[in-house]
Amino acid sequence: MIEFLTQPWPWWFSGAMIGLTLWLMWFAGKTFGFSGNFRTMCTMCGAGKAANFFAFDWKTQKWNLAFLVGATVGGYLAAHFLSPEGGQIPAIDAGVQGQLQALGFATPAAYQPLEWYGEDWFLGGTLWLLLFGGLLIGFGSRYSGGCTSGHAITGLSSFQLPSLIAVIGFFAGGLFMTHVIYPWLLG
Amino acid sequence: MLRLIPYVLAGTFFGVIMYKSEAASWYRIQEMFRFGSFHMYGIIMVAVAMGALGYLLINKFKLKDLKGQPIVIPDKAPGWKRYLLGGLIFGLGWALTGACPGPVFVNLGAGFLAMLPVALGGLLGTFLYGLIKDKMPH
Repeated sequence: MIEFLTQPWPWWFSGAMIGLTLWLMWFAGKTFGFSGNFRTMCTMCGAGKAANFFAFDWKTQKWNLAFLVGATVGGYLAAHFLSPEGGQIPAIDAGVQGQLQALGFATPAAYQPLEWYGEDWFLGGTLWLLLFGGLLIGFGSRYSGGCTSGHAITGLSSFQLPSLIAVIGFFAGGLFMTHVIYPWLLG
Repeated sequence: MLRLIPYVLAGTFFGVIMYKSEAASWYRIQEMFRFGSFHMYGIIMVAVAMGALGYLLINKFKLKDLKGQPIVIPDKAPGWKRYLLGGLIFGLGWALTGACPGPVFVNLGAGFLAMLPVALGGLLGTFLYGLIKDKMPH
């Protein structure tokens, strides 16, 4: 059991555990969706004075902020107590590794690529790249009304056409970034 | 505050799953967008299948939540423009950073401080949307 838990978790087990999380949230009377937290945090910082979109009682969303705090704790626990020393290193497909090497990313040596997520992330262009990426995530998730948890998991599970359209958008955007912008930016 | 503890625990469970499944790793997201493995597709498909099973059971048996209220899963507003355009913008950011909103915080917990600018960007992007929302097609 301990050995199973400290290995990388297989897709079928991980998927079932995400499904279980969704059930838990439904039975708690909540709709699972993570990106709403960004809106809540904007409101907590006083954004309600700048735009009506943020004028709501953020205290109704405390449960979701608690979930966010938990997710951060979960990341800490998984990396430090359920993984090898230094963290889990994803054993991705060899062909993909080759493609990433051609773009300047070394063979995976950590959970995330150290070229961007290493200790000198605040130097050079990386900081701006990450900030810009975050901006797209924040803008896009609020514009489309949800992120991977709200649309891909909750929305598709409850057979909602708008969520299917959003997920098609997620994939189209991701494919364009990966196959058009990455080569242009890094090639 | 005590009422929030179950949500912290559910979030912790979710954070561990995200990390251990590697769905919070840029490498796995790149592998998915390069069609290099079934891994991410398998995770999403099993999660959605299980969610759909729960949804059907909830509706068929009119199940109630823990407080005894009927479980209502709100429908998204109809339309397509905001979903497609917003989805495209989100997808660009997802593939660039290798993280969607949940994993941003999972990675911060795992010690990747480089997720701080991603989180800050997420806040700025959300704020920007709130400012110009009425000028965007929905």
